[in-house]
Amino acid sequence: MKEIVAIIRPNKLDEVKDSLEELGCHGMTVTEVKGRGRQLGITESYRGSDYRIDMLPKTRLEIVVADEQVDNVIDKIVKTAQTGDIGDGKIFISPVEEVVRIRTGERGNEAV
Amino acid sequence: MDPVLNSGDTAWMLISTALVMIMTVPGVALFYGGLTKKANVLNTMFMSLIAFSIASIIWVLYGYQFAFGEDMLMGIIGNPANLLFSGIGVDQLSTLATTIPETVFIAFQMTFAAITVALISGAVVERMKVSSWMVFIAAWVSLVYVPIAHWVWGGGFLAQLGALDFAGGTVVHINSGVAALALILLLGKRKDTKLLPHQLGYSVLGAALLWFGWFGFNAGSALTAGGLAGSAFIATNTAAAAAMISWVIIDYLKTGKPTVLGAISGAIAGLVAITPAAGFVTVQAAVIIGLVTSVVSYLSISYLKPKLGYDDALDVFGIHGMSGLWGALATGLFAAPFINELGTGLFYGNPGQLLTQVIAVVVVAGYSFVATLIIGKVIDMVMGLRVEDKEEIEGLDINLHEETGYRI
Repeated sequence: MKEIVAIIRPNKLDEVKDSLEELGCHGMTVTEVKGRGRQLGITESYRGSDYRIDMLPKTRLEIVVADEQVDNVIDKIVKTAQTGDIGDGKIFISPVEEVVRIRTGERGNEAV
Repeated sequence: MDPVLNSGDTAWMLISTALVMIMTVPGVALFYGGLTKKANVLNTMFMSLIAFSIASIIWVLYGYQFAFGEDMLMGIIGNPANLLFSGIGVDQLSTLATTIPETVFIAFQMTFAAITVALISGAVVERMKVSSWMVFIAAWVSLVYVPIAHWVWGGGFLAQLGALDFAGGTVVHINSGVAALALILLLGKRKDTKLLPHQLGYSVLGAALLWFGWFGFNAGSALTAGGLAGSAFIATNTAAAAAMISWVIIDYLKTGKPTVLGAISGAIAGLVAITPAAGFVTVQAAVIIGLVTSVVSYLSISYLKPKLGYDDALDVFGIHGMSGLWGALATGLFAAPFINELGTGLFYGNPGQLLTQVIAVVVVAGYSFVATLIIGKVIDMVMGLRVEDKEEIEGLDINLHEETGYRI
């Protein structure tokens, strides 16, 4: 099992969610977060003065899937969240040792 | 005009009074509230709310009487014959607006005193103690606003000199702008001096309510429901519209994009600049006054402020002080006798009017600056002007009011 953490544009959430549903991947945890990448944010101008806004609003998705599904999920996220402009986000993948469904006590792939 | 009550005039003045009230609460409160940081939104709005209340009480108890009482001490102050509102009859007509009841004139002028002091708050937000602000309101309305209102509007020495100020270019805008500058010199800079509006949508609503209320402010200053009110109304709208366009053009030239804050800043600057001139100038002059004023305020905010290093948080001096200054001088240039027989400016053959306007500006700005410095210094020595560092960093809403604007 793997945990996929995807940082995406907030306005791409619905598209990503729908495309993952097509794969049968329903479970996810979504958080509104702030952050920045290599470009160090954007510039805003108020009454003629420029300010660098270096923490931008992003959406963080946490998804745990079985090993064989990982590539499909990543492909879907990349395809739907991509605009080609700076700020599209990143995906991080890490191994998951165990998953437990609290309602039933099931473990492993059954619980994902 | 015969001193006979005119119900049309009276109705218009009651409505105008209510319109000017809307300018302070919610107009200024929303306009300023949206421009501050999230953690200070309630404190910023409270400064306008409490200003309206304290100024209202002072005005009816003694402020009006000193400002508009019969002139005494060679034009310095009015004779307070009706202290504590005593002796003012329900049906008694105003001496300065002879077709409306005195009570209506008092109420109309009350809303001017309130908005003038509320305007100052925009410069000092995010760092001033709320207790000191309340004491400041009482002292400033009594010792600065009231005498200046007498000098210019109440028959005092500037009125006798022939100074023109239709609805408050000097009494309201230069006065509040310069007082704001004096107070921030005492307070010092905020720890974080950025202007990063937390909710610009509030400011758009606030500016729109200011614009709406300004029709009562300027057209109401005709004191009758007639042609002069109509002329002031259209001049007001024209200048605001021209100034918004002018600011947007500057934005385009500077950054290639029109900013929303620029658009509403321009509109406010235009409304400020036309205020002293509204009942004296033609629509064509209003266009010029509006187009020029955004340049004046923009340059002041973008170049003067950083160069001199004062922290005028929401640009009260830059917009009200500087556009008020331009408007007062423009009145001396553009006042047309066929609009209002009381005013003839330089372009209609009376260069002396411009000189009179300069004198009025210098006297009002000078007095407002020095008197505000003294009031501020005394408050600072007695109770302190500025909040603790910790309170400023954490935000004033939670520390001074034990409330937060947003629970999300």
